[in-house]
Amino acid sequence: MADLSLAKPDDGPPSQGASLFAMLWRDKFAFTSAVILIVILLFALLGPTLLGELATDQNLRGRNSPPFSLDRGWAFVLGGDSLGRPMLARLIVAASSTMLIAAGTVIASMVVGASLGLVAGYTGKTVSQVIMRLADVVMSFPSLLIAVVVLYVLGASIPNMILVLAITRIPIYLRTTRAEVLEVRERMFVQAAIVMGAHHWRIILRHILPVVAPTLVTIATLDFAFVMLAESSLSFLGIGVQPPDITWGLMVSQGRPYLTSAWWLAFWPGLMIVITALSLNLLSNWMRVALDPAQRWRLESRKSKNV
Amino acid sequence: MTKMIGQRAIASLLSLLGLMILVFFLSRLTGDPAVLFLPIDATEEMKQQFRALHGLDLPLIEQFGRYVWDLLHLDFGESLRKARPAIDIVIEAYAWTLPLALITMSLVVAAAIFLGSLAAFNVGGFFDRLVSIVSLVGASAPDFWIAIVAIVIFALGLGWLPTSGVGTPWHWILPIAVLFIRPFGLVVQVVRGSMLSALAAPYVKTARAKGVKNLPLIFVHTLRNGMLPVITVIGDQAAAMLNGAVIVETIFGFPGIGKLMIDSILQRDFNVVLAAIMVTAIVIFIMNILIDIAYGLLDPRIRH
Repeated sequence: MADLSLAKPDDGPPSQGASLFAMLWRDKFAFTSAVILIVILLFALLGPTLLGELATDQNLRGRNSPPFSLDRGWAFVLGGDSLGRPMLARLIVAASSTMLIAAGTVIASMVVGASLGLVAGYTGKTVSQVIMRLADVVMSFPSLLIAVVVLYVLGASIPNMILVLAITRIPIYLRTTRAEVLEVRERMFVQAAIVMGAHHWRIILRHILPVVAPTLVTIATLDFAFVMLAESSLSFLGIGVQPPDITWGLMVSQGRPYLTSAWWLAFWPGLMIVITALSLNLLSNWMRVALDPAQRWRLESRKSKNV
Repeated sequence: MTKMIGQRAIASLLSLLGLMILVFFLSRLTGDPAVLFLPIDATEEMKQQFRALHGLDLPLIEQFGRYVWDLLHLDFGESLRKARPAIDIVIEAYAWTLPLALITMSLVVAAAIFLGSLAAFNVGGFFDRLVSIVSLVGASAPDFWIAIVAIVIFALGLGWLPTSGVGTPWHWILPIAVLFIRPFGLVVQVVRGSMLSALAAPYVKTARAKGVKNLPLIFVHTLRNGMLPVITVIGDQAAAMLNGAVIVETIFGFPGIGKLMIDSILQRDFNVVLAAIMVTAIVIFIMNILIDIAYGLLDPRIRH
């Protein structure tokens, strides 16, 4: 009779969120990346309110003060910039605009690109052809050059940057979504929905979109890093974000004249970009496996061995 | 093949036209060149004269009509900044950028094929790890920052290489190295992936069973099939190379097309901007055609 207690049923399958977290915990690289990204997100959300004043407080006696010394307080541990403002506080505050532009661009281009891709993949040839040719035009030209011209005309502001960058990134989502929709459209459950007389919008939103969504999220994570690099390139060239707004790319450009005397002005903000982009890349690699039902077993295998 | 090239040529011509119209009117909106080019105490009369001289006083539509008319006679107009034909300036700049891009791309392809094949052959080994690290860095580190760090280390710190400019072969090393990283990271991943699937094909098993050695197996038997996706991705990189060239040329003071574009936009030298954009579009178009032809040569199934 003792074995009855062993036969006690499981608690049932763990909730989806919990199992995702367990998978994330098992991949240490992806877990570290997620933690880093959460910290940077907190910087972006809280930085300007908590440290905004400290980051703009000029102190000419602390000009280009060298890093790794606590003489001037914790804020100067990474050194001071050319106007004696603490680097650490500025780095944290700059996370805000950097993240805002990248997030705005990724969301805008994903929504527009995925919608166009759903339409192009689901409807007939003519619409699809027109949309694809437009995407080819955007893809075939160096995006940076177009962005330079447009930003110079419209004026460099954060909304304009989001607009320009989003236009150059739409084709990525468009092509992926269309390719997936073309394949999903032929599957049995979609055919069944058509036969049962479901409305087109219902089929697209309820049946096709959920299948495509994981791919989109994975690409968006990767693209977030790309957009951040593009934004910092534009800001570095002097046609992106303008002071007093501040992003990491702009900080690198502001530190460039002091390369010979104060390397840390350009080094730290660049390092922040690298760390963020690296985390996004690693997390995206993990998502590609974790969100794909056909590959998920690679991350779950250890658990199933124990059962 | 000719039909396909013809179709692509028409599509490219249309997009080129759209691009030209967009840039023409956008660049006219950036402000009055007369203010920028004449001395600060220039009278209204002098400004008027300057505009009349360069046809900037006409209605926009008429300016555009004239521009298109001249273009049909292969006249891209004069540079305001240098008082020379814009197309000459653009071609001179390309004479710097093309070698830079071609050398970099050749190195990228050679290195990516070699290291990518070795990585695919030895999954999880030393080369495989090296390749994934370089790819990650290429996808995560901004090129202007790599350039700056490289200047600090190799030019200012060690004093081995010049910081910027052109003149000696030494001046080319840092720009090429910085431009190399990102495309290499992408191409090598594609080589690795396509070689992995090519190595799993039955004919490779046959070759192994016949006793073909490892190196000829990779580089003679498998590579030709593994190359197909690589060629596509190299084509996509052509435009990306020019993006990189803008950054690298600006930092290293390299007198190529990227630097010319930035300088001309900032100084409202419209004709040069337009000429540069059109020549760039044509260069990319030719590149794509060459890649299609190469694809046909490598894959008999596509040749009709």
